[in-house]
Amino acid sequence: MKTIYLDNNATTKVADEVMEAMLPYFNRLYGNPSSMHTFGGQVGQRIRDAREQVAALLGALPEEIVFTSCGTESDNAAIHSALMTRPDKKHIVISRVEHPAVRALCSHLGTQGYKITELPVDKNGLLDLENLEISLTPDTAIVSLMWANNETGVIFPVEAAAKMAHDKGILFHTDAVQAVGKIPINLKNNVIDMLSISGHKLHAPKGIGVLYIRRGTKFSPFLIGGHQEKSRRGGTENTAGIVGLGKACELAVKNINTENIRVKQLRDKLERELLKKIPQSRVNGDIQERLPNTTNISFEYVEGEAILLLMNELGICASSGSACTSGSLQPSHVLRAMGVPFTMAHGSIRFSLSVYNTEEEVDFVIEKMPAIIERLRGISPFWNQVAQACTNQ
Amino acid sequence: MWEYTDKVKEHFLNPRNVGEIENPDGAAEVGSLACGDALKLTFKLDENKRIKEAMFKTFGCASAIASSSALTEMIKGMTLDEALKVSNQDIAQYLGGLPDEKMHCSVMGKQALEKAIENYRGAPALEPGAKIICECFGVTDKEIERAIRENNLATLEDVTHYTKAGGGCGNCQDAIAQILERVKAEPKAETKPKLTNIQKIRLIEETIEREIRPSLKHDGGDIEVIDIIGNRVIVALRGACATCRASNITLKDFVEHRLRELVSPDINVEEASK
Repeated sequence: MKTIYLDNNATTKVADEVMEAMLPYFNRLYGNPSSMHTFGGQVGQRIRDAREQVAALLGALPEEIVFTSCGTESDNAAIHSALMTRPDKKHIVISRVEHPAVRALCSHLGTQGYKITELPVDKNGLLDLENLEISLTPDTAIVSLMWANNETGVIFPVEAAAKMAHDKGILFHTDAVQAVGKIPINLKNNVIDMLSISGHKLHAPKGIGVLYIRRGTKFSPFLIGGHQEKSRRGGTENTAGIVGLGKACELAVKNINTENIRVKQLRDKLERELLKKIPQSRVNGDIQERLPNTTNISFEYVEGEAILLLMNELGICASSGSACTSGSLQPSHVLRAMGVPFTMAHGSIRFSLSVYNTEEEVDFVIEKMPAIIERLRGISPFWNQVAQACTNQ
Repeated sequence: MWEYTDKVKEHFLNPRNVGEIENPDGAAEVGSLACGDALKLTFKLDENKRIKEAMFKTFGCASAIASSSALTEMIKGMTLDEALKVSNQDIAQYLGGLPDEKMHCSVMGKQALEKAIENYRGAPALEPGAKIICECFGVTDKEIERAIRENNLATLEDVTHYTKAGGGCGNCQDAIAQILERVKAEPKAETKPKLTNIQKIRLIEETIEREIRPSLKHDGGDIEVIDIIGNRVIVALRGACATCRASNITLKDFVEHRLRELVSPDINVEEASK
């Protein structure tokens, strides 16, 4: 059975070019870049190239790029550094819809004497900058807001938010894990201090990430050890991963238009047709301020995990904000923060596309989804009542 | 991804006995859309009072659907007393096991069965004259009226806090607002005498000791009163409650609910910051 992969916000395929670029660094060029001999030292040059490739995608300087092991490490390192370099400040501002890498860290810090403000979002998942303005105090060390939401794709006005924080002398970090490679980013045009990237969300492998640290920003390392990454992150470099991420960033520069034109068209077609063919369905999240590859659709009166498993039978991969998929009692914190009724949240499915998806794949999903939803609604004790109520009107 | 057994997958993909029996001998609905799990069970008996046919409709995840399907298969041919002995472990076992996080799905099947048998045996499902207002949580007009009267509720939000009604899809909120208007227009019954601060604090402590702590302890948890400021009761949850994901629900739906019921409707319970 063919796999139709529409779960690219969870992880992505390693691009063939990336894989090819990485392979020599496992068994041929396996030297340690810190070594004195040429055999190791030559790898250092490739790391410098990769650093430039990443910097080019972000409009950053190569020395502002620090390689880490993942997005979560980058997020932790950024917030940790802000607190270490501003030890007198005990207040952190985040949003209610942040990724667990930020949210769980902050709720932990909340038990260690820090005060956390979680900014609300509106019903479309959008952030009101007025709420940010009000939340900032002389005690605020850092504001950390995601650039784009992983579940809904909704984009936050992080550049304006960064300026607002900066004007008050507060550091600004953004988890841009979902945004990088999907929307144009140029760090020359804003005052963002730190930004997190995860390799495996943009066709590099898992196990490699980046923390961008703007030149001049005081930094206190999270992993203390060797002198690697100019002593900003100890630990022998993941050379293959770094080379792979560099290549992936180079591809992302080339693909950013495809992402925003062709991928967006496919996403729009999928969304439009599913809403048209399946009654009682709706999109979660603002449809304008949104990543080009993501759509989060709720199918009322059915439960997300059951939908996913029936899709799985056809080789279609996606994810859900339903409680049952996480083992918790409540559906997704993002949908709850938006005030999506539980009845809708339980039946939410996130489709996230990439440049590797084809129109045939999207058409196949459009063809198969209505029957899946109908089948589960046929088992649902609520659907009959609703269907009747609708025909009576 | 959940590790489902082949049997769970098979019952999910090909559920047995889906539907509703017309003129059933017993019928029950448990759960709600808002909870993410709901099950409607109907059965018919043969001339020997054994279950001849059982059918279900389920809203829920794969294990909820598979559990319902398994249950209807298992109870066929049983007497009602035999069927009542089917435990949720039996259902899980029949399916070759369920992930721990999914055991509640099999409990729902068991609850529906018990309720359907009660229904057959003539336990009144609704009090006479009552009508379901909130479909999500199965709350009747009588229950809402009583909650409003006894607790002097003023807003829709209050009604939802006290009865859960209106907290799911929200379709019944207009109907609840109408009930509120109607009850508020009734001549007021005499209200409880006003407590002094000392009396109130003592009553709060007694209520927690007598009504609340024993149930929490039963689940391996505990509660400690940190402070009482006016109507604000600041508490800390201990033991199993402290780490429980549902602790906020415990606090609001149980602790606050009981205190409002037994001490004063104006009480607000807050968790002490950790």
